Amino acid sequence: MPTTFNRREFLKRVAFASTICGGATYLAWAPEDYPLSLKDFTGARSIPKPQQFTLPDYRVTLPPGVPEIGIGRDMTTSGRLTKALDAIGGLTQFVQPGDVVLLKPNVAFDRSPELGATTSPELIEVLIKRLLIDCRAQEVRVADNPIESPADCFAKTGIKDAVEKAGGRINLPDGNAFRILQTPGAELIRSWPCFYRPLIGVTKVIGVAPVKDHNLSGASMGIKNWYGLLGGQRNQFHQDIHTIIADLSIMIRPTLTILDGSRILMRNGPTGGDPAYVKPWDVIVAGTDQVAMDAWAFVNLLQRDESKLPHYLYLAEKKGGGKIDASNRILEVS
Amino acid sequence: MKTILRLTNIRIISQVVFLGLFLFAVWASWTTRIQGYPVSRFLEIDLLVALSTLLSTGLVYRFLGWSILLLLLTVLFGRVFCNWMCPLGTLHQFFGWLFNIRSVKERQEQNRYQPRQIIKYSILLILLISAAFGTLQIGLLDPIALLHRSMATGLSVIWDFVMSSASFTDLQLAPGTTERIFTGSFWIGFVFVSIIVLNIWHPRFFCRTLCPLGALLGLLSLFPLFRIHRDRHLCTDCDLCLTRCEGASSPEGSLRLSECVVCMNCIDDCPENALSFSLPPRITTPVSPAPDITRRHFVFAGLIGLIGFPLLRSNGKVNDANYSPLMIRPPGSVAETEFLKKCIKCAQCIRVCPTNVLQPTGLQEGGIEALWTPVLNFNVGHCQQKCSLCSSVCPTGAIREISVTEKLGFGEFKQHGPIRLGTAFINRSRCLPWANEIPCIVCQEVCPIAPKAIQTYDEEVKDTFGNLVVLNKPFIIPDLCTGCGICQKECPVTDKPAAYVTAVGESRSQERRLLLRYRTNPEEL
Repeated sequence: MPTTFNRREFLKRVAFASTICGGATYLAWAPEDYPLSLKDFTGARSIPKPQQFTLPDYRVTLPPGVPEIGIGRDMTTSGRLTKALDAIGGLTQFVQPGDVVLLKPNVAFDRSPELGATTSPELIEVLIKRLLIDCRAQEVRVADNPIESPADCFAKTGIKDAVEKAGGRINLPDGNAFRILQTPGAELIRSWPCFYRPLIGVTKVIGVAPVKDHNLSGASMGIKNWYGLLGGQRNQFHQDIHTIIADLSIMIRPTLTILDGSRILMRNGPTGGDPAYVKPWDVIVAGTDQVAMDAWAFVNLLQRDESKLPHYLYLAEKKGGGKIDASNRILEVS
Repeated sequence: MKTILRLTNIRIISQVVFLGLFLFAVWASWTTRIQGYPVSRFLEIDLLVALSTLLSTGLVYRFLGWSILLLLLTVLFGRVFCNWMCPLGTLHQFFGWLFNIRSVKERQEQNRYQPRQIIKYSILLILLISAAFGTLQIGLLDPIALLHRSMATGLSVIWDFVMSSASFTDLQLAPGTTERIFTGSFWIGFVFVSIIVLNIWHPRFFCRTLCPLGALLGLLSLFPLFRIHRDRHLCTDCDLCLTRCEGASSPEGSLRLSECVVCMNCIDDCPENALSFSLPPRITTPVSPAPDITRRHFVFAGLIGLIGFPLLRSNGKVNDANYSPLMIRPPGSVAETEFLKKCIKCAQCIRVCPTNVLQPTGLQEGGIEALWTPVLNFNVGHCQQKCSLCSSVCPTGAIREISVTEKLGFGEFKQHGPIRLGTAFINRSRCLPWANEIPCIVCQEVCPIAPKAIQTYDEEVKDTFGNLVVLNKPFIIPDLCTGCGICQKECPVTDKPAAYVTAVGESRSQERRLLLRYRTNPEEL
């Protein structure tokens, strides 16, 4: 340390002080659009901007004349799936080699498959094998955001074993997996947190839903299944469940929807809980018009009166989610 | 002259292996991984757990008899457990080593025996006497329970955050869950960090001064078959053996057997090869076997132990009168007084719970006596129907091992009915259909009972805005409700849910019953 203070030293220190203070002044006070400016006079810049995204249309254009809805009846899962899919032109129409496919089963509850509250693991297994072997899909992902513990729900519904056996991959939701989904045409969920991570890079989406009684809305089938892609405070949805389900019908345009009619939960839905409530059946419905499929399943699988169709189907039809009247678009193979 | 295969190196390998096993057990305590792994073994060989629950209940639960292995080991070789197996001891030694920047001379002074090391015997005595009266508090300081609790409620959250950021989901302790919380985990973490930080001040302060398990093992190692021997003819009194003495057990003079943790460092550090770990040779220095507890210490600690139980119990939080409605115990739990005789606050149940509903009890629910025992908080999660993991990992039977069949009251348990944790209620002044004319009934939808324990009064009304709405106003059928709490968890009135569960009606206690009899449909019989 020099004991005397010379001019050079003085200038050096002044230069040092002015650089530090000048730099700090620029960062703190330069107008907000200047480079490196950190100014936030109103506080608006520090409000976090949620990362948003929109979903593409996953539908494929089909040759004219092919029915939109196929119904397969057979004693085996693979038989009824084949029949249903062949009626609408076969699975290879929908999934091409190299596609990354997302399957969305209903794994909402920690229940045995026998209770009919979730999608059958047998169907998932057969479907994944078809996608990987017949269609040569690059990857099949399986995702759902259950109501109960995700790890448990996938394990105890048997879906986990089925997916692993068939060669698919399960995506469990965690805190970082959600982003805000923008759905311009929706009424209530125009922007809502959606399970985003499994959707990255996906080219085809297939919904695989069980057919269940549902206390509030009447029935939970293909459209209601997309509830499981959303996060956030879903428990508010019940305040206007019909509008929500109608919104779901246009939120995502899946490549294909499959209704699993092997175990139909006839009452005490959507949780069930007693095997006596479950009606084992031999039907699978596959198609591209969810509204028509749900209407058909409501009448033919849940065996309810056609005049009591859930209100959300009419709302969904009005929003453009599909058409209730399935005549001339349906082909039944048994 | 130093060989690779020294006793100290073998000891380090053993420490790493046992710490690894401990961490593996924490990792494996997860619903998709557990698959029959005996994840509770560390607590089951913990002699203090076995002895104190034996004193409080008079019996030895399930696998606690494995602790005889530790008894045998200690009687033959001294406190080998403390420095070869105990995962918390390993952490203390590691951090003491990491932070130690002192000179050799200073270290020797630090590692001299300190009179305060007898505190642990007083703690042991107080805890054992309290246990004999019926309040088990060893878990507060037992090293295995303390470490597991800290891992499960504090460190696991930090670990999962880091692993999630790095996308190593297989290493996560709770994969596929959103933010897990553990109420009061700050204080659990604070205790853990404090005892680790104390190593900077004095190496292994916890092990030497506070650890009740160390005290118990110390008392058992007074007449070991093998021990450290010092050959007086070779010894030059250089005190180098103190440099890394882990137990502060006076190897330079007459060895204190109850303090020696058999770390073997003194053998390594002796330049004259005067020290050995062996059967008694013909010439050896005498030991001072018994710890310096005087009769006064004994009487004083005994008195504290005697007044401990009535003081804690009359606090009035755990008794059948004035019990907290929030004191909801896991399925399979024994009645509260028995529970407090058995629970060691190890938090294994809290760790393994897939929905995060199990939380460490705070002062609000159970007072000081029940601190950090498990309690269900249905604002955080709910008790899943097909899960009885907490009961299967509990090492002491505070949560008796039950099957899902027994929990749900199916099959052979039909006549007992399901295990009830409490009873749900509807707060009509906060419930949307009841109070605000807004349709909702999420609670009824998610109710897993068949037939549903939540039913509705249906009513069509015209609301303020002139819309016709159908209101399904929920009410509870207490005969069917098992208190699983999913209604409270899913209620959209999230801060103070309109559907909520309280402890009354729990099936583990006759005194806390609610209904005279459970109504059934006569057609079903």
